[in-house]
Amino acid sequence: MHPIFARPGRLISYLAASLPLAAVLTALLGGAGAFALGEAAAVALPMTLLYAFLSLSVWYPCRAVPLEGARWPILLATHGTAALLTSTVWVVLGEGLVRVLESLAPFAGLAALYAAQVPTLFAAGVLFYFLSAGLHYVLISFEDARHREKREAELAILAREAEMQALKARIQPHFLYNSLNAVSALIGRDPSRAREMCVGLAEFLRKSLAAGERRSIRVGEELSLARHYLDVERIRFGDRLAVEEDIEASGEECLVPPLLLQPLVENAVVHGISTLVGGGTVRLEARRTGNRLRILIENPYDPEAPVRPRGGLGLRLVRERLAALYGPDAIFAAKRLEGRHLAIISVPARVEGAS
Amino acid sequence: MTDPIRVLIVDDEEPARVLLAELLSRAAGVLVVGECGNGFEAVRAAAEKKPDAVFLDIEMPKLDGFEVLSLLDPAIAVVFVTAYDHYAVKAFQVEAVDYVLKPYRQERLLEALARARERVARRQRPDPARLAAALRPAGGWAGRIAVRDGGDVHVIPVSKLDYVEARDDAVALKAEGRAYRKTQTLASLAASLDPGRFLRVHRSFLINVDRLRRLELYSKNSHVAILADGTRIPVSREGHARLKALLDGRGGPAA
Repeated sequence: MHPIFARPGRLISYLAASLPLAAVLTALLGGAGAFALGEAAAVALPMTLLYAFLSLSVWYPCRAVPLEGARWPILLATHGTAALLTSTVWVVLGEGLVRVLESLAPFAGLAALYAAQVPTLFAAGVLFYFLSAGLHYVLISFEDARHREKREAELAILAREAEMQALKARIQPHFLYNSLNAVSALIGRDPSRAREMCVGLAEFLRKSLAAGERRSIRVGEELSLARHYLDVERIRFGDRLAVEEDIEASGEECLVPPLLLQPLVENAVVHGISTLVGGGTVRLEARRTGNRLRILIENPYDPEAPVRPRGGLGLRLVRERLAALYGPDAIFAAKRLEGRHLAIISVPARVEGAS
Repeated sequence: MTDPIRVLIVDDEEPARVLLAELLSRAAGVLVVGECGNGFEAVRAAAEKKPDAVFLDIEMPKLDGFEVLSLLDPAIAVVFVTAYDHYAVKAFQVEAVDYVLKPYRQERLLEALARARERVARRQRPDPARLAAALRPAGGWAGRIAVRDGGDVHVIPVSKLDYVEARDDAVALKAEGRAYRKTQTLASLAASLDPGRFLRVHRSFLINVDRLRRLELYSKNSHVAILADGTRIPVSREGHARLKALLDGRGGPAA
């Protein structure tokens, strides 16, 4: 839709702004000597308003041929043609208007005077067209800037939301409940392991809360957080949970958003190891190859296990977060392969101190 | 006090089992008859040790708590003990005696124990509909059927199921050339299965529609369904109408 019609106030100010043009047109017609001042005003005022409406259609060629990146011949041809057409329509409509006026007593003989002024009016029409086109281009660039700002603000909000979701989800309450239940169990029988679990739990919480405050974190720190988590889980699952690591120092130095891996490590335990009677091994891999950082989290699972609720939430969060932070530069894949679940992250390798 | 209540503990985490065993055996008149780390073990132990009550975790390997419940003697009182609160509604539907959230106080566990005792004392059997409700995963159709054979458990994915025949108070499930008996009514089993794939074609027969090869006219009012392996299943007039409606909607083999 034409932006002038977007809000009712705009049309009124637009028409008000065209009034000075009516004065110019009156001067032009009256100044030629043929028209009396009253006659000139009677013709100029309605014709200006008419043009004000006609020139609203200028918006369409302006939209079709944006200034940015347009080639001059196309720009000139488009607007030249449109200007001649608009002016012709205007002058013809003006003729009609004059004939109507002529039928009123004070304006006898007006048509002949008008016919003599057609070339002047036509030239004025073309001039007005270019004035209007310029105005429209200004208007369009305003609108575009506003849209761009709005879109950028929306994107920023989306990225922020993905972050918030990730932070809210970083600690699954069920993990806490189950861990506290294990502490409650160990207190009677094995107080020193109960104490160990309390400390492990506290350390995991303290570090993940601190990590959540930061914008980015070294992969090495992120993995140590995952180790704290797995240590706590190992007290619950005993021999069923084993961990294997293949971490390269170059990978450890890279930066990632904090707690990026946490939902994946949790999935590996909750949807993987815990579905197997004999348990299994969670494998963590991180390495830098050229300018890419690659992280792999692999675990066995029972393909016949009933699907548990909440599955997929963690994966969705990781995907949304990566998309918000890296855009198309991030690759995230989660696949199932012969009883094993693989989560693979590949992002541009960034290190501290480099921009 | 009369006989002690026989209690079975089922949880896949060892510390959780230890805690239940410690608190329950400390209470008077309780005999802990076993501790199990997964659903298969639980079903076997329940068959061998005849517990009065089972304290049951929900998220476990092999069989989840609801599947275990569906395979237990309905006279056994079930108390769910879990960290997850979102199964509570379903636990109520399957008439579990109680639903205890981890971590819990000793008093809360003893309260659940008292309720289990009460159910056992009254020899109150819950509605058999609880079996059907237990088999249906929350917000979806059953993806597999667990069947008990003495102490053994077979898990049959519904895609492997050919047809089911009603036999008195039980059903016979046919899958991959084998027959399994399950104590459940055909109606309640049908209620847990996706009606777009499994159809009751006769008072006593439910078929997997994917196995249907063709339909033959048997008499004036009845048809017979020929399955992929050649099995002939009687189809009643109502069954034929249901089958036609389903196949028309699917664009499957013509009747």
